[in-house]
Amino acid sequence: MTDSLEIAGRGFRSRLFLGTGKYPSFDVMKQALERSGTEVVTVAVRRVNLDDRGRGESLLDHVDPSRYLILPNTAGCYTADEAVRTARLAREALGTEWIKLEVIGDRRTLFPDNEALLEAARTLVSEGFVVLPYMGDDPVLARKLEDLGCPAVMPLAAPIGSGLGIRNPHNLRIIIETAKVPVIVDAGVGTASDAAVAMEIGCHGVLMNTGVAEAKDPILMADAMRLAVEAGRKAFLAGRIPKKSHAAASSPLDGRIE
Amino acid sequence: MIAVRLNGESRTFDDGTTVEAMLKVLGLGPQRVAVERNRRLVERAAYQTTFLADGDAIEVVHLVGGG
Repeated sequence: MTDSLEIAGRGFRSRLFLGTGKYPSFDVMKQALERSGTEVVTVAVRRVNLDDRGRGESLLDHVDPSRYLILPNTAGCYTADEAVRTARLAREALGTEWIKLEVIGDRRTLFPDNEALLEAARTLVSEGFVVLPYMGDDPVLARKLEDLGCPAVMPLAAPIGSGLGIRNPHNLRIIIETAKVPVIVDAGVGTASDAAVAMEIGCHGVLMNTGVAEAKDPILMADAMRLAVEAGRKAFLAGRIPKKSHAAASSPLDGRIE
Repeated sequence: MIAVRLNGESRTFDDGTTVEAMLKVLGLGPQRVAVERNRRLVERAAYQTTFLADGDAIEVVHLVGGG
């Protein structure tokens, strides 16, 4: 049985999306991406450093676009206008319609500005972008983003880079129940069990960066995350047993010696 | 001479400098970068025909690691 994730007509065997920030080196990043089995990697758009040109290595020398879908983000944008401009620049630089849309509303928590997010998503969808929105874990917002044409929604599990894990599984569950598009948990995953929990709830994928990049051994953590996402997905498909408040013996009661 | 703000810094270029020529002066290949002039995207196909003007705000961006 093949169990692939489909977003905007594109199929993915891996349900793990991985960021490219904060790794100790490009070499470690490259190995972590390979080990994770990911097929989608996120990148950011920033000014070229005009004093440093030609010297620093380029990220894209280390991420093979024939192997990965490169998903640019609008990280660090605080208004819909900045996010839309950044998305247009990303499309021109990469030649991809895909954009991970972030509009940040608060510097300390990096929580999204959901009102500006809707505004930016509407504009970008109308311009032909494939908009994957990073959003609060609000089921009503998820429905609005879906209605205006986002082919997936990406609620946070906890603040970006916090590693706090799945803080509100109940909201995520409601989003999954009501959404007709894939739900990708984006942000907050700190370790393998967090990723497994997200997948067991029924999320269709998990996007992470810091949890892998800042682990003591990012390559080994990438492997752990690959296994966790696969394990969680399989457990979800298998259907877990209901929780009981008392014991239920696994061995038969009949035939015991006296 | 034309004075512009390039990535937030003051820079001067010769009169008649196109976006293509600017990138060449900066030592940047047109691949993998994107350019904005006065908050509007300049499409790659228009690099040869888009001239810098005095007071322009230019942004030249590329892709870096991110989440």
